[in-house]
Amino acid sequence: MKIYVPMDSAAKALGAEEVVAALRAATPEAQIVRTGSRGMIWLEPLVEVEVDGVRHGFGPTDPSDVTGILDGTSAKALGPVEDLDWMKRQTRLTFARVGVIDPLSLADHQAHGGLVGLRRALAMTGQEIVDEVKTSGLRGRGGAGFPTGIKWQTVHDADAPQKYIVCNADEGDSATFADRMVMEGDPFTLIEGMTIAGIGVGATKGYVYLRSEYPDAIAVMTRAVEIARAEGLLGANVLGSGRAFDMEIRKGAGAYVCGEETSLLNSLEGKRGVVRAKPPLPALEGFLGRPTVVNNVISLATVPVIFERGAQHYADFGLGRSRGTVTLQIAGNVARGGLFETAFGISLGDVVNDLGGGTLSGRPVKAVQVGGPLGPYMPVSKFDTPLGYEEFDVAGGLIGHAGLTVFDDTTDMLGMARFAMEFCAVESCGKCTPCRIGAVRGVETIDRIAQGDADALPLLADLCETMKDGSLCALGGFTPFPVMSAVTHFPDDFARLKEAAE
Amino acid sequence: MAQPATVIDVEEITRIIDAHARLEGPLLPMLHALQEAFGYVPAQAHAPICDRLNITRAELHGVITFYHDFREKPAGRHVLKICRAEACQSVGGAAMADALLAKLGLNWHGTTANGAVTIEPVYCLGLCACAPAAMVDDRVVGRVDAAKLDKLLAEAGA
Repeated sequence: MKIYVPMDSAAKALGAEEVVAALRAATPEAQIVRTGSRGMIWLEPLVEVEVDGVRHGFGPTDPSDVTGILDGTSAKALGPVEDLDWMKRQTRLTFARVGVIDPLSLADHQAHGGLVGLRRALAMTGQEIVDEVKTSGLRGRGGAGFPTGIKWQTVHDADAPQKYIVCNADEGDSATFADRMVMEGDPFTLIEGMTIAGIGVGATKGYVYLRSEYPDAIAVMTRAVEIARAEGLLGANVLGSGRAFDMEIRKGAGAYVCGEETSLLNSLEGKRGVVRAKPPLPALEGFLGRPTVVNNVISLATVPVIFERGAQHYADFGLGRSRGTVTLQIAGNVARGGLFETAFGISLGDVVNDLGGGTLSGRPVKAVQVGGPLGPYMPVSKFDTPLGYEEFDVAGGLIGHAGLTVFDDTTDMLGMARFAMEFCAVESCGKCTPCRIGAVRGVETIDRIAQGDADALPLLADLCETMKDGSLCALGGFTPFPVMSAVTHFPDDFARLKEAAE
Repeated sequence: MAQPATVIDVEEITRIIDAHARLEGPLLPMLHALQEAFGYVPAQAHAPICDRLNITRAELHGVITFYHDFREKPAGRHVLKICRAEACQSVGGAAMADALLAKLGLNWHGTTANGAVTIEPVYCLGLCACAPAAMVDDRVVGRVDAAKLDKLLAEAGA
């Protein structure tokens, strides 16, 4: 008997280890394969039992369900996992193998299409590799949405004795966990993507800057790099091609701002994680002053499938200038939270109500924060906005890393606005004044509003303008988005105390 | 998590510094390794690090104090990190954390009187679809409520 149980940290956090222990005790002869998560977090721990080559799901499980799972009487039976609505409706390109394979089996990775992309890339010139990425239309999935191929071209064209690939795995935004899931569920796809990037731009060394808050991802990635090196995927002679690429996993140290690329580079160099002014671009003067590709995990993990299936295949999905798939992370107060990979273009309302099933509490949705702590709060009136970089921009939103946090009607938006400022104050690197001081003044000003001081509202708007225009990076520059969106869309939450005071 | 050593082994400091000195950007891996070994970054390590990496004491102090992870004195035997970020707030995480701190009579970063547990805030553990989230040392916990917190604290000896 073959049983699959995720070792993804969300599954672990919901008791997967206890379920595995119970399965081992009940059926010592069964083969238990640890996988990543399918992304249906509300069903975790999701146990899958293989029957005639088809994987049947059971979830959410706890140790008491084991007997029923093994004798076929379980009330948690979901049927074949691939037939579940959530799975069928997805276009899983980046996440094709996540939840399916043993993350630390390079053989499993290859049996499911892994390394096909890298082998194809190894037969191409650097310029051909860069052109393929350009044709795919891939844009940076970390949040900024900058065309990946253009960034690679800059590094490719730079002349330097050493170039680097740096993977930004400092996934600090609330409601984002796609990076973590791919690193825990299919680490070789990231290694493969970084290697293609290295071969493409002429970089022989890569670093993954991985946040310390992800101990499970660090363990899986570290082991995967060791395996890749031992199997000749990394090293002086990548898959026997005569071309060199190697990489290291570096652990962050608990600073949100290090998700900003220049701050990340400083941190990687062993300095305080303060933001650098641009220019110079990291593509020209990045890690240790050398030309450096800094890409998000999902961007790099998507590269192999682009080379496996061809750039045009990838570009054929999507909407407008948002090509390919978006890895939605549905989180917060939501009935069905998890990861859903689909072509760009689905509407925000469909994501929240149709996929997510509305709130977990059963109460009406009040707001959805899209794009992490620096993303605006979208009211229900904007639910028809299609997921696309430009489409969200027009609606006053941003997609960012495509994480969505759902809030129900009990949420106090003044409190959320205050938290945005407080978070900015805690995490500001301190380099530029609008962020360092503005965030502290922002908390104070929102406290004045809470006490019924009507004069403080225009002051807050003015402060937000200054932060937006005067900050070096997105921390100070984008904190005004959640704050002002709360003020604009939920004025009652900022006025009721004033009325009470009067 | 390493138990805070009462006597600092200077040879161990030298060994750790030597093991990392040749990396590109060696300081963070070095500080992590020191903290892993001693439970914090001991002051005795400062001068040898500065010597080896040719940086000033001010630069080193800047780095150690910039990052939330690095400690200059020992924490409790276990560290309980509770997520304060938005997704956890959306399902009552903030009230839960406030109630816990009030019950223990601690502020954030405080350690229980018996030295068993230090409570730290954390901003996102990537468990946003099974919030509220927490982490005891390196073990993650999702859908945390007051009862689960009590159990975690009891296991940690608080």
